[in-house]
Amino acid sequence: MTGVEDVFASLGASLAERGDDLLDALGETGYMLGVSLAAAVVFGLPLGAAVYLTRPSGILPQRIVWSVANFLINVIRSFPFLLLVVFLVPVTRAVYGTTFGTPAATFSLCVVAVAVYGRLVEQILREVSPGIPRVAQTLGATVPQTVWRFLLPEALPGLVYALTSASISLLSYSTVLGVVGGGGIGDFALRYGYQEYDDVLMYFTILVILVIVLVIQAVGQRISVRLDHR
Amino acid sequence: MLPPSPVELARVGVAYPGGVQGLAEVDLTVDDREILGVIGESGAGKSTLLNLLTGEVAATSGSVTVLGADIGRLDRAGLRRLRREIGVVFQGVHLLSNRTVRQNVEVALSLRPRRERTASAVDEVLRFVGLDHRADSYPAQLSGGQRQRVGIARALVSRPRLLLCDEPTSALDAATAGEVLDLLRDARDRFGTTVVVVTHDLDVVRSVCDRVALFEDGRLVDVLTVAPSARGQRETYLDRARRELGA
Repeated sequence: MTGVEDVFASLGASLAERGDDLLDALGETGYMLGVSLAAAVVFGLPLGAAVYLTRPSGILPQRIVWSVANFLINVIRSFPFLLLVVFLVPVTRAVYGTTFGTPAATFSLCVVAVAVYGRLVEQILREVSPGIPRVAQTLGATVPQTVWRFLLPEALPGLVYALTSASISLLSYSTVLGVVGGGGIGDFALRYGYQEYDDVLMYFTILVILVIVLVIQAVGQRISVRLDHR
Repeated sequence: MLPPSPVELARVGVAYPGGVQGLAEVDLTVDDREILGVIGESGAGKSTLLNLLTGEVAATSGSVTVLGADIGRLDRAGLRRLRREIGVVFQGVHLLSNRTVRQNVEVALSLRPRRERTASAVDEVLRFVGLDHRADSYPAQLSGGQRQRVGIARALVSRPRLLLCDEPTSALDAATAGEVLDLLRDARDRFGTTVVVVTHDLDVVRSVCDRVALFEDGRLVDVLTVAPSARGQRETYLDRARRELGA
């Protein structure tokens, strides 16, 4: 057999043995990404909008709200992720009753997702021409109307693109959640590839992660371009 | 009995933080259905006046009455209600780039109470500005003049009694500017809208204004009635070039 055939034979054998585990790991990664992205949209979007609106030059200046939200975002984003997971252990235990398993591990991913996407949302809203909120205000729009009917439609392509970037970061973060029993594709690569000296399986898993990233990037970019009429 | 004046300013002053005087001792009344030009050099107080009428800037002295409401006494909700009765046309237009022409106009109408919206209002105003055939286009697909016409449609869709225009033609060539100014006059004639046009361009005043308020260093120095013989006069770009540049 040639070297290439050896590699494929080894991979075939590993997948025959670990195929189900790989699918489970992909499912866990999908769960962690899905839940954390939902948290990013549901909580990160309003958080980013709040920072944008309440800044000193914003349309709803609230110095205390702005300072607190800014501080929280900065603190969470500056934590090395693994240490954030450890730091959040008491909170995770309070919420889930355990710190182990995919749902509990996803909690810390949600926290970082909200902070990361919140900051991206704020930056994208800052790039919207100041004339847009001014038009909304002079037309008699309330603050929620200004956000929903003017700012978000104008910023939508950027927000979608930012969610793409956030999801790639979250995929990367999720790969270390094996330490708290979160599982996922990163944990699979380490557990069955690296720790069992199965280099072929490890590189194959990395390739799978790479493909997932490329697919997320391509889909996000395509949607963003389609929404962008500038 | 004469209809009430849409805008009345009595001894109005605006002082910005740092002691900069935006406006001082301004007395000005805008008559119903008139087109008033506001001219002056940069820093004369033109923009401050416009921001005062939209409630974006508060008077530090005197009183500002717009459509019967004393702006200084309005709470936030009252100010929002008043703003829905005023149309504003901006120099930079500021259309939503990811929304079609129709959606850009609809969004202004959507801010009004449901009972005050009519299904045909958007179509009517798009016909009025001559853009009904471009209703599904996006702003980037339009010329500068067309974009400004969308801005006027957005301002007029809720049939405001007062239309405020901030340098509406300064980014346009002479012919396109003429079309935009014609629209302002048509809006007054057809809808009975009172129009205030802030401009630095005397041609704009000559073209459409009944009266003109002259500002200098934050003070209203004169209010002139535009001579009927001058009204409506418009010079083409090349005629002007010949007159101003020829030997």
